[in-house]
Amino acid sequence: MYTQALDTAINANTTTVTVDSFQKTFLERIARDEKIEPQDAMPEAYRKTLVRQISQHAHSEIVGMLPEGGWITRAPSLKRKEILLAKVQDEGGHGLYLYSAAETLGVTRESLVDALHSGKAKYSSIFNYPTESWADIGIIGWLVDGAAIMNQVPLCRCSYGPYARAMIRICKEESFHQRQGFDIVRSLCEGTPAQKALAQDSVNRWWWPTLMMFGPHDSDSPNTEQATDWGIKRISNDDLRQKFVDVTVPQAKFLGLTLPDTAIAWNAERGHYDFGKIDWDEFWRVVKGDGPCNAERVADRVTAFDDGRWVREADAAHAAKVALRNAQVTATV
Amino acid sequence: MSTPLAEAATPLFEVFVRSKQGLDHKHVGSLHASDARHALTLARDVYTRRQEGVSIWVVPSNAITASDPALKSDNFDPMASKVYRHPTFYDIPDEIGHM
Repeated sequence: MYTQALDTAINANTTTVTVDSFQKTFLERIARDEKIEPQDAMPEAYRKTLVRQISQHAHSEIVGMLPEGGWITRAPSLKRKEILLAKVQDEGGHGLYLYSAAETLGVTRESLVDALHSGKAKYSSIFNYPTESWADIGIIGWLVDGAAIMNQVPLCRCSYGPYARAMIRICKEESFHQRQGFDIVRSLCEGTPAQKALAQDSVNRWWWPTLMMFGPHDSDSPNTEQATDWGIKRISNDDLRQKFVDVTVPQAKFLGLTLPDTAIAWNAERGHYDFGKIDWDEFWRVVKGDGPCNAERVADRVTAFDDGRWVREADAAHAAKVALRNAQVTATV
Repeated sequence: MSTPLAEAATPLFEVFVRSKQGLDHKHVGSLHASDARHALTLARDVYTRRQEGVSIWVVPSNAITASDPALKSDNFDPMASKVYRHPTFYDIPDEIGHM
């Protein structure tokens, strides 16, 4: 829809020069750090890439509510329950900000939700792992949200205005998520040996999937260069992953937790921590739908959507009734 | 002076200005105009005389539904007790650094 202006330009002047010059002007705008807004002309591929990325991001937010939501009723205290409830509510809000940003690109919410429910759309691989213990809620906040923040902060400077502004809002709220997670893990680590063991078991299970969240190695992500030129991606997968490891290793040490990777060691020459090889077979298996919880997550989303149908219908019926009543009042006046 | 009747018939528009590229449009005020296009022109003349903006939105005032000021405490006060929604609620040891 919003790319119509571009289509018009191509139709008006069918030579490829027009297209090339448009692409060139567009890239120059981005190089000048100009924001692209919904009513601006944009290359169709730019629009498609953004729709895919923003909607995947939105799906991740609402699917991410599932592994944590199950622990709301089992939180160990009223305080922890209130906090977790607030956090899961935030994730729903983040989904909304992002779906709205995607909709500015001319796609409907319904089509995006359909793509998630039919299994056509992807979401972050991390949410296809089970939350087996209360410690997982802490570890998710500390590690998973920590990794998400690492990934999301550069997106606040993304070239597409509505996405960048949604990310600024999200990042502000995300800090609470990570800190509450760290607070849970710290309490467990300072608690009984059994509580500490719970935290260690959880780190053992979540560490590698968290590193996978940053995506394939730069050498295996062919779209990185284009996304960088378009100002959508500011820092590469491997650089973000390294940054995350560098920040997290000292934190784990402070907590007295061992990260399940014997290759982790400070490399003075590089000025970074070295770390071991990621199991990419596992990553691709989970991304392609064969993780421990993929089927369960999508099924839960579909059930939630179907179970909510009567609410949407009642809402629409009520709105129609009010509109009719108002029309009658106006008619009598 | 025009007649009050003619004035009342001119629709009211709310004006939103983006002050710098990349930022949100912010509400700056309102004005009367015959239609949306006219409102844009007037908004440019009234609200961006000193380069205050790079983009303008105008919205018919009657298209805006606002929350009731009388319900302010019902709507917003409950958040005051939910301090745990703020990152500062959690103590993070100095050794951990920024989080």
